[in-house]
Amino acid sequence: MKRVIVVGNGMVGYKFCEKLVTKPQREEYKVIVFGEEPSPAYDRVHLSEYFSGKSAEELLLAPKNWYSDNNIELRTSEMISGIDPENKKVTTYKNEDFEYDYLVLATGSSAFIPPIEGSHIPGVFVYRTTEDLDAIRTFASKLKPEGKNKAAVLGGGLLGLEAANAAKELGMKTSVVEFAPRLMPKQLDEPASKMLQSKIEDLGIHILTNKATIEITGKNAIEKMEFSDGTHLETNMLIISAGIRPRDEVAGNSGIEVGKRGGIKVNNKMQTSAKDVYAIGEAALYNDGIYGLVAPGYNMAEVAVEQITGGTKTMADHIDMSTKLKLIGTDVASFGDPFIENEEVTAINYENKQKGIYKRINVTKDGKKLLGGILIGDASDYNNLFQIYINGMKLPEHPEDLILGFREEGESAMGSVLDLPNTAQICSCESVSKGQICNSISSGECSSMEDIVKLTKASTGCGGCKPMITDLLNESLKSMGKEIKTNLCEHFEFSRQELYDLIKINKVRNFDEALNLFGKGHGCELCKPLLASIFASLNMETANQQVTIQDSNDRFLANIQRNGTYSVVPRVPGGEITPDKLMVIGHVAKKYDLYTKITGGQRIDLFGAELHQLPHIWRELIEGGFESGHAYGKSLRTVKSCVGSSWCRYGMHESVGFAIKIEERYKGLRSPHKLKGGVSGCIRECAEARGKDFGLIAVEGGWNLYVCGNGGATPRHGILLAEQLDDETCIKYLDRFLMYYIRTAAPLTRTAPWLDKLDGGIEYLKKVVIEDSLGIAEELEQDMQDLVNKYECEWKQAIEDPEMMKRFKHFVNSHDSDDNMAFVPMREQKMPKPWVK
Amino acid sequence: MQDLLSQYHSVEPQKVKTWIKVGATSEFPENGGACIKYKTRQIAVFNFKRDSQWYACQNLCPHKLEMVLSRGMTGDSKGIPKVACPLHKKTFSLKDGSNLNGEDYKIAVYPVKIENEIVYIGFTD
Ligand code: SRM
Ligand SMILES: Cc1cc2nc3c(=O)[nH]c(=O)nc-3n(C[C@H](O)[C@H](O)[C@H](O)COP(=O)(O)OP(=O)(O)OC[C@H]3O[C@@H](n4cnc5c(N)ncnc54)[C@H](O)[C@@H]3O)c2cc1C
Ligand code: SF4
Ligand code: FES
Repeated sequence: MKRVIVVGNGMVGYKFCEKLVTKPQREEYKVIVFGEEPSPAYDRVHLSEYFSGKSAEELLLAPKNWYSDNNIELRTSEMISGIDPENKKVTTYKNEDFEYDYLVLATGSSAFIPPIEGSHIPGVFVYRTTEDLDAIRTFASKLKPEGKNKAAVLGGGLLGLEAANAAKELGMKTSVVEFAPRLMPKQLDEPASKMLQSKIEDLGIHILTNKATIEITGKNAIEKMEFSDGTHLETNMLIISAGIRPRDEVAGNSGIEVGKRGGIKVNNKMQTSAKDVYAIGEAALYNDGIYGLVAPGYNMAEVAVEQITGGTKTMADHIDMSTKLKLIGTDVASFGDPFIENEEVTAINYENKQKGIYKRINVTKDGKKLLGGILIGDASDYNNLFQIYINGMKLPEHPEDLILGFREEGESAMGSVLDLPNTAQICSCESVSKGQICNSISSGECSSMEDIVKLTKASTGCGGCKPMITDLLNESLKSMGKEIKTNLCEHFEFSRQELYDLIKINKVRNFDEALNLFGKGHGCELCKPLLASIFASLNMETANQQVTIQDSNDRFLANIQRNGTYSVVPRVPGGEITPDKLMVIGHVAKKYDLYTKITGGQRIDLFGAELHQLPHIWRELIEGGFESGHAYGKSLRTVKSCVGSSWCRYGMHESVGFAIKIEERYKGLRSPHKLKGGVSGCIRECAEARGKDFGLIAVEGGWNLYVCGNGGATPRHGILLAEQLDDETCIKYLDRFLMYYIRTAAPLTRTAPWLDKLDGGIEYLKKVVIEDSLGIAEELEQDMQDLVNKYECEWKQAIEDPEMMKRFKHFVNSHDSDDNMAFVPMREQKMPKPWVK
Repeated sequence: MQDLLSQYHSVEPQKVKTWIKVGATSEFPENGGACIKYKTRQIAVFNFKRDSQWYACQNLCPHKLEMVLSRGMTGDSKGIPKVACPLHKKTFSLKDGSNLNGEDYKIAVYPVKIENEIVYIGFTD
């Protein structure tokens, strides 16, 4: 058996192991991995998410037992301090020797610390490992009680800006200090940098350019940064992000050839100057370059595996450095040659200062080829543009269409994804081509996203290619005349719409019956709530009827919180509330010691109720005139209103009254996802109606009806469905629209993505709703009216029925409450004790 | 925190020393779960009505250490009976307590027996 030693268990070292274990010759190799960090390899690319709540475990590329399960000996916290290429041995820092047949150096890089006086003063950090982030977090949390809250980041590149955002999220007032005259000088041109700067400043981060730091000063901890122009910046902590230095020290000291400016020299087989020694990832110097991105590193890992196991694969000459950045809060991408400017090239720019969008593409003079570009503020076209660029594809007649967003309904400027050449690399992290994906589909090997991910590992890296793979899958299946498989889960081989129809036609009454007739097994957390929603949409059945198929929140008619307590949200239609009712809420909150907060939906949330308290709380609220707010359900949440013509000097109609009317009409309505509405009294739009699933804006002569808006993760403005409607027509159209959505949407799909997938888009929807092109309008209205007539407050139902009440008890065999639950004080109220990280 | 977890160890049916009576079958929801208390332990009990099987496991979710599993949704994955935590939907096998999302988390499971419509859970103490 041959022995392979891997030095470094970072992203690329891990990828090497992962690729090796899939090789048929796997059994011929014994693999030992040495990692200096205490944890197994983790996702450094998403390191910043460690601050926004991801745990160290969640960041792991594979759990610890993956290595032993795959027969890999992983030795963490063990650094290699010497290599003896003559005798094919490595030495650990504990002076133990290990022999190898093949040695793979995947030692990555470390943060570059410029030679500035004072860079080791406490309070100065780098941003590379989870330990760095722990240290930063601990330091920041000690500063705050002392009233200190200033942070600075040295370096306005890709990583520096990410670090700055992280410091800001920690509650620090953050400044970025950049030596060059502008941000990200390597990737962006001047207007792009400017746009980016103003966007980042909008996030509350201060930016200083043209500043050369000459000294860091401070007594016990950092206090100031001194600049060459005589100015200075006061700060309580500093994160240095001034570039990376390849970790070539061990290799260099052992006589392996390294570059003048660092990096272990390799050829296109990833071989170093020493026999059977390979270098991959950020430590490797290939074609005179160091590549600080995962995708090239992953390619190198694959080449090394191939070479060691007898394959012939080599590294491409040109390494693409295109990137889409994940600067939380704003899109930034650059690809190909972003700057190129000469007689052969035309640069096409689009700039919209108000929206903060800048786009540039560099196109050959003959308009045939795309050479590179930059996208700021809206990088949604990145995947398409990148494919056109990397595959040298023909451009549309008017290349500017590529960025001006002019397109036919439902069509991208690129045409169909199937037009891409087979060699087009779809997933660059895992280097998976379009051909591989399409072949796996046409051969019948794959018929779902899940299959493709399993077989090819595509989209398991940065995930950016996911939308493209979905499109490829759907288009390929369609072109094969196959139906796009949209099975709910392993228990039902039907789509939501099919099941909806089956249940309706066969008058199925409950989940068990549905399983017997159309499914198998016991069901699961996907199909149960979905069927519960269908039963509700068909019969207005409340969550009290089939309790255990409800999503766990619906089962207890409340949202579960961090420590297993629940929140209570009474309905406040349109956000209008009397002082007396406010006092009822205040009284209940005080009596049960609940944390109270005004929500983003114009009502009041009471947090921290124990399971057994819920019915008591609701009894009092119901007596005070409240009803369930369905804040836990995939159902109508709120219809937000602005004050409208009754008080506002600009109001065109009575928006509060109409919002209440609509909220009362659709309350309790269950749907594929939650539903939100808004009604604004004039085009100033204070109710943010266009951010809702349905929104009404008062205009001269009636209401403008907008549909399919969305806040949340993918914000979208609603699209105009009809204009100047009177109250009655407005409700008629709403009935039709909502019912049509409920019938046809895929599970957990908000109205905006539903419309995206609807063949024919808004024009089609208009035909269905306004012109009744399907001849179902009357039926839709009738169905809705039936549901409206059957509405009952499910909390009222629950507290009136002793059987239903049984579920609100923590223990079956005891009246005790959960003793694991603990609260800590917060401001003048309380919160659950924090989770241990 | 570890103390909390260390109270829970899977019990094999042949090793049971005491069978604790925890309630009538009718007190447990069909195709769902409820929680019982034994000494300082919280145990989630599940009634799989469709094939008349009962399962029990720790009520403590190993992910964030909250006492919530009995309130999770039940079901099966390729025939393995499971529960999904109501907090982040991690799913656990009720047969052997393993985590079905392929992560390291594991839960303790306990034997259940039904005699004369009474539910008993087996412990070693
Ligand atoms: C309480 C509240 C935040 C607040 O303190 O203000 C809130 C709290 C939660 N939101 Fe929200 N959202 C709240 C307003 C909003 C808004 C603002 C609005 O409605 O105007 C939005 C954006 C608008 C929109 O939905 O289009 C919003 C977008 C989301 C999303 C993202 C939805 C999307 O389409 O991307 C989720 C996640 C989901 O539903 O899958 C979410 C999910 C959640 C959950 C249910 C997360 C969870 O599962 O525990 C939170 C439950 C808290 C609780 O137990 O009560 N919440 N959430 C707000 C309750 C409003 C209410 O009175 O009912
Ligand atoms: C905050 C942040 C954000 C990033 N974002 C992106 C992004 O959006 N896109 C992108 O493509 N790239 C991004 N990167 C870069 C990406 O993380 C790196 O390209 C990638 O991690 C390189 O992998 P590697 O295995 O070569 O090095 P590393 O992941 O650094 O791993 C090297 C490992 O080797 C260990 N080691 C070193 N010397 C020894 C020794 N002598 N003995 C034992 N072990 C040793 C180190 O401790 C380390 O664990 C980001 C990096 C950071 C820090
Ligand atoms: S309330 Fe909404 S935005 Fe806030 S943490 Fe919860 S889900 Fe996220
Ligand atoms: S606490 Fe159970 S899955 Fe997170």
